[in-house]
Amino acid sequence: MRFMMMVKGDSEPGVLPSEEMLAAMAKYNEELMKAGVLLDLSGLRPSAEGVRVKFSGGKRTVIDGPFAESKELLAGYWIIDVKSKAEAIEWAKRVPFTGGGELGDQAEIEIRPFFELDDFGGGPAVERHRELGEELAKRKA
Amino acid sequence: MTTSDPRRAIDAVWRIESPRLIAGLARMVRDVGLAEDLAQDALVAALQQWPESGVPDNPGAWLMAIGKRRAVDHFRRREVADRTQHDLGRELQTQQEAAVPNLDAKIDDDVGDDLLRLMFIACHPVLSKEARIALTLRLLGGLTTGEIARAFLIQEPTVAQRIVRAKRTLAEAHVPFQVPHGADRAARLSSVLEVIYLVFNEGYSASTGDDWVRPALCEDALRLGRVLAELVPKEPEVHGLVALMEIQASRLRSRIGPGGEPILLLDQDRARWDQLLIRRGLAALNRAEEFGGALGPYALQAAIAACHARARTASETDWEGIAALYDALAEIASSPVVELNRAVAVAMAFGPAAGLELVDALTSEPSLKGYHLLPSVRGDLLAKLRRYDEARTEFERAAWLTQNVRVRELLLERAAACASSS
Repeated sequence: MRFMMMVKGDSEPGVLPSEEMLAAMAKYNEELMKAGVLLDLSGLRPSAEGVRVKFSGGKRTVIDGPFAESKELLAGYWIIDVKSKAEAIEWAKRVPFTGGGELGDQAEIEIRPFFELDDFGGGPAVERHRELGEELAKRKA
Repeated sequence: MTTSDPRRAIDAVWRIESPRLIAGLARMVRDVGLAEDLAQDALVAALQQWPESGVPDNPGAWLMAIGKRRAVDHFRRREVADRTQHDLGRELQTQQEAAVPNLDAKIDDDVGDDLLRLMFIACHPVLSKEARIALTLRLLGGLTTGEIARAFLIQEPTVAQRIVRAKRTLAEAHVPFQVPHGADRAARLSSVLEVIYLVFNEGYSASTGDDWVRPALCEDALRLGRVLAELVPKEPEVHGLVALMEIQASRLRSRIGPGGEPILLLDQDRARWDQLLIRRGLAALNRAEEFGGALGPYALQAAIAACHARARTASETDWEGIAALYDALAEIASSPVVELNRAVAVAMAFGPAAGLELVDALTSEPSLKGYHLLPSVRGDLLAKLRRYDEARTEFERAAWLTQNVRVRELLLERAAACASSS
């Protein structure tokens, strides 16, 4: 089963994680690799460097970061392939966050199972999604 | 709101920790069977205590501490005439102490890893193939006896017995708890790879069924392969096997039609192939190729699978490339089935006549006597050459040989089409 473990929070612009934090993260990532469960991972730059496009009443508004509600922001993710949601929880609990500063005053990890396109059944729209996904991945490869 | 289901949490911890736990204990007590019993004791302790106390912060260390304590108890209980209890306890302690610096010193050495040792032992050639598979899934995959039994459609006591016997065989053969070296290493590693691929294929071939437990074997095998690739990153064939499994697994969902019928590779909806797995497979193949040597059988099969994965449509397939890879595969791992596949690739690349020549050379091959794909391929090539009468006979023979009702229907349709074309 595939899950995304999303790191919630927002880091200060220009402030990189401490050497200590980076080392702890590298060790954790290595553990995921060694256990054969890690499929993919990435980190995101602070929301100060981000932009939002808002849709409301048929209008599109562009809003520059940073964004206030840092607890709801996404700072990075892992994609893991594990036996159960319980296993995903167990892996998330092992992330070496201290809750003390690396991502604001508290960090949070949200675990979400992946939608498989099969969940949607057939139809031309789903087909088009599949084609696009395939095309995108082809270019990445 | 917090949620916790202690039983599930313990299962999850077990899945993650049990291979390392058993491997670490096995290094201490030099007996895989005993190590697993001790690990089970630790699990029982966790099941008793964690629902009350909660899962500890470092559950792996907790389990290991219990396991070690039980090991000491075990040795104390065991009555050996010429040794005092004190000596035994001390011997174990000395062993532990000796093992720790030893492990640190050899951290990059191929003997350094408990897990790797355990993998080599579980796939030891003194064991039957079935025993190797059961032991590997049990000790390294963290599967229960029941899960293994369901996955292989056998009775649970059969699996349990198989595992007990395997452990006994290992103990009686005094199989040393170490990673093999030299010439032996290559043979032993290929046994490990074979076991992992057998597990994968068991899941893969069963994926047309409606039982989800069996396709889960593909995931177990992939996980074991990925673990092994981290343990022995300098072995190109390990990356080759991982690449092969990742790419094959990428097609799992597209191999079955809505009515449960199998869909052949060239007829599959490529938009349904899992691109994340393909990307990982291509990356693993890249790692295997980066060593620069001649590719081994797994890497070659992965390279063939990669040719299909890279083709946007079936008609864009690089058949000449595939035919060349089959040539290379036939040279190092020739088998009638490889030859038949090579013939198909050659036919696609250079025309049906060239392929037919290779297939004709196989018609007297005894091991293919009951294999429906031989007449089926031959019929297909003959039809393409407009030799419809012969093609019809071959399709009919193939239909008679196959066990699969849907495949039979398809073959009979093709036979009928030949009859009306001739």
